[in-house]
Amino acid sequence: MPIFEVNDLHLHYLTRFGAKIHAVAGVSFSMEQGEILGIAGESGCGKSTLVNGLMGLFIPPLYPTSGDVRVGGESLMGRTPKDIRENVLARKVSMIPQGAINALNPTRKIKHLAMDLIKSHEKGGNKNEIQKRLYDRFNLLGLDAERVLNSFPIELTAGERQRSVIGLTTLLDPEMVIADEPTSALDVTTQKAVIKLIFNLLDKKIFSTMIFITHELPLLRHVAHRIAIMYAGQFVELGTAEQVVFDPRHPYTRALMDAMLSAEPGQAKKETKPLEGAPPNLAHPISGCRFAARCPSAKPDCRINEQSLRIVGERQVRCDYAE
Amino acid sequence: MPNKQPAFEARDLSRSFGHGDRRIKAVDNVSLTIQDQEIVTIVGGSSCGKSVLAKTLLGLIPPTSGELLYRGKPITDQRSHWRDVQPVFQDPFSCFNQFFKIRSQLRSSFGIYKKKPSKDEIEVRVDEGLRAVNIVPSEIEGKYPFELSGGQMQRMLLARVFILRPRVLIADEPTSMVDACVRANILDYLMKLKKELKMTIVFITHDIGLACYVSDRIFIMHAGKIVEGGPPDEITGAPKNQHTIQLLEDVPHLHKEWIAR
Amino acid sequence: MKLFLNLLKTPSFVFGVTLFLATLGVALVLPWFYDVDTVGRAGTPYLPPSAEHLLGTNHLGVDFVSLLITGLRASLYVGLLAGCIATLLGTFLGVYAGYKGGWIDDLINLVTNLFIVIPYFVVLILISASLEEGRSLQLIAVIIGLTTWPWTTRSVRAQAASLKSRDHIGLAKVNGCGTFQIVTLHILPYLLSYVFMVFIIQIAAGILVEASISMIGLGPYDSISLGVLMDDAMKNEALGDGIWWAFIPSTILITAVVFALYTLNTSMEGVFNPRLRK
Repeated sequence: MPIFEVNDLHLHYLTRFGAKIHAVAGVSFSMEQGEILGIAGESGCGKSTLVNGLMGLFIPPLYPTSGDVRVGGESLMGRTPKDIRENVLARKVSMIPQGAINALNPTRKIKHLAMDLIKSHEKGGNKNEIQKRLYDRFNLLGLDAERVLNSFPIELTAGERQRSVIGLTTLLDPEMVIADEPTSALDVTTQKAVIKLIFNLLDKKIFSTMIFITHELPLLRHVAHRIAIMYAGQFVELGTAEQVVFDPRHPYTRALMDAMLSAEPGQAKKETKPLEGAPPNLAHPISGCRFAARCPSAKPDCRINEQSLRIVGERQVRCDYAE
Repeated sequence: MPNKQPAFEARDLSRSFGHGDRRIKAVDNVSLTIQDQEIVTIVGGSSCGKSVLAKTLLGLIPPTSGELLYRGKPITDQRSHWRDVQPVFQDPFSCFNQFFKIRSQLRSSFGIYKKKPSKDEIEVRVDEGLRAVNIVPSEIEGKYPFELSGGQMQRMLLARVFILRPRVLIADEPTSMVDACVRANILDYLMKLKKELKMTIVFITHDIGLACYVSDRIFIMHAGKIVEGGPPDEITGAPKNQHTIQLLEDVPHLHKEWIAR
Repeated sequence: MKLFLNLLKTPSFVFGVTLFLATLGVALVLPWFYDVDTVGRAGTPYLPPSAEHLLGTNHLGVDFVSLLITGLRASLYVGLLAGCIATLLGTFLGVYAGYKGGWIDDLINLVTNLFIVIPYFVVLILISASLEEGRSLQLIAVIIGLTTWPWTTRSVRAQAASLKSRDHIGLAKVNGCGTFQIVTLHILPYLLSYVFMVFIIQIAAGILVEASISMIGLGPYDSISLGVLMDDAMKNEALGDGIWWAFIPSTILITAVVFALYTLNTSMEGVFNPRLRK
């Protein structure tokens, strides 16, 4: 049985002037225990909205339109933010946020933040036992537990802070972790350290299932088992990491891969084909393929026919012309 | 033809901040030469001092010690320096004043000249600059900075450079706040600036992959010092310094193994 | 414009504005319809409220409605003048110190801290007491303004200093802007909403401070303010004699004005500060 199931999820939010933005329009996937799914797409494609939806956390102006999200068979839809915070977050689904600086309350020591988290989710519990658990966990993260736990967030380096955030979000051994661009603000060296840390936690079976969101496809290729490419609120391609990165079939995935530059000899001669234009405005209904306006190989009927995900050689692609 | 005289010459350039025990050398005895009409990339991790070095070259931060020559002369007058040397900053949203329309801010960049071009000429050059970065002038007409997307804003900063046509561009991490598609776009504009306007470009980034793509020469910076420099293929093919090797290893490559699991 | 519409959608703002406009109306519009006479004796001392004198008379037999209108006017005037002085001076010093930094910043900081440490109320009492003869309403307002600016300076300085390192200041510099242009075009606009909020608080503070000094008998000799009315009531034993109309209406008025201003301030904070906008 899949541990995480998303079924035709549609989400919208309301702007201050009453317009409805359909930021997520029909996302479906399911994940087995132990799987890592990568989601990639440019900014404004609905990644961050999707993250909130996947946690069932709907705080105005974000509202669910339709669809279902299930963790271990339990639906997250139609529940109050309070209920979600108490019973789902941190234990069932946990999120590693992008900015570690803003994620930590600056007025409390890491130790106290961790204690708060444990106390709010577990009744009773021996203080010394909790303390020991904390030290063990932070040592496991490769942090100097004694020092880090007794520090205020501001006293830590950016890397330590991000590690502490990961430590805190996985403290209660969640069934499912959603990492929302956890390394985008970091330089490559710190990024590698954070990824190593996540792998370490996976190896130690602290958690086993993860959704990793980023716009760096080369990074995803090393992290994820499967990759979903998102465009204008929909998945346009979903396949194994190898399939999507080395043999992209959707024109948008191809464009993304063409825009990737990596440090290998001979790169200087590489021709990039930058993608012009911007994603469609999601406040208005879109007819036809959402990518048609920017697609280098768009046919006239692409602008009329709505595309649906279909199976193309063991993967799903949202393009009628993909082979 | 490129000028024989280098654009920038720095000798033992240092810049430190703070006092006493908390004194930090952000730039530590840096010596480098940047030739005319060359794209030079300075690569380093966060807080390696690359941004401070960029601002020193720009003349926004004066060095604490050492010598910095621009075309053979020290930078004495900031305003005349900025007539030749212009920047593109990292975060496009914090670069424009949100209280003025974007077009009027582009126009006001001519304020650096002693003698401004005529009003009509300014309008023509603004239009040209916008078209150079693939923006139809009417697209931004009457708009304020917050009404544009991140990619558009970053292109506005580049449009400014096309409008002013300085001799040197200092691009301080113009790609770190945008995603992959826009990033490739920006690099193409940098190449265009070099080809069409014969500009000297100092490009600052933490991503060595981008550096390889655009630069004539790459300098690797670590803890305020330049640890290695050379042409891209040499740096990626046969890196000598351990920090360079580290940097190359840490970038996730498509083909090579990155982290063993 | 959008901002203003948003303000109108905020109930607390509408409430604050209405209440403040109502008090303004009492002070400025009502005199056109009401025969204001603060000198002539309208009846015997301490007449209770009646149809003729809606709020009775004071210890000299002067009509209380007239006194309240005049007093409110004086109080608002003091608040506005003191608020203007404190805001202008504080903002100027704050922006200048924050943007310039270095020894100018240190010096302004030192002076600001000195003023904050010295209890301004004591200074006010000393100045007021030493100016026995020429203590006019205007002078008191100026003194209040000159002693309450440090808080403005402090908060504005912090804001200006955080703006200083933003890239748009750097870009303005390479665009060829001088210090004056940078401060007026690129820093002040960002602080305007903030300064406006500080201004409102300073008005309220000015009104309260004036009332406090007047109540202990150090008020203006030449005018009637709400504080002076309370002082009179106290001196003439209105409290002990249960003559409520001598002090309750003035207390309510002063509370209403200050409450209206504070409500305005907090409601605007919600609209100006995008983080609180949700």
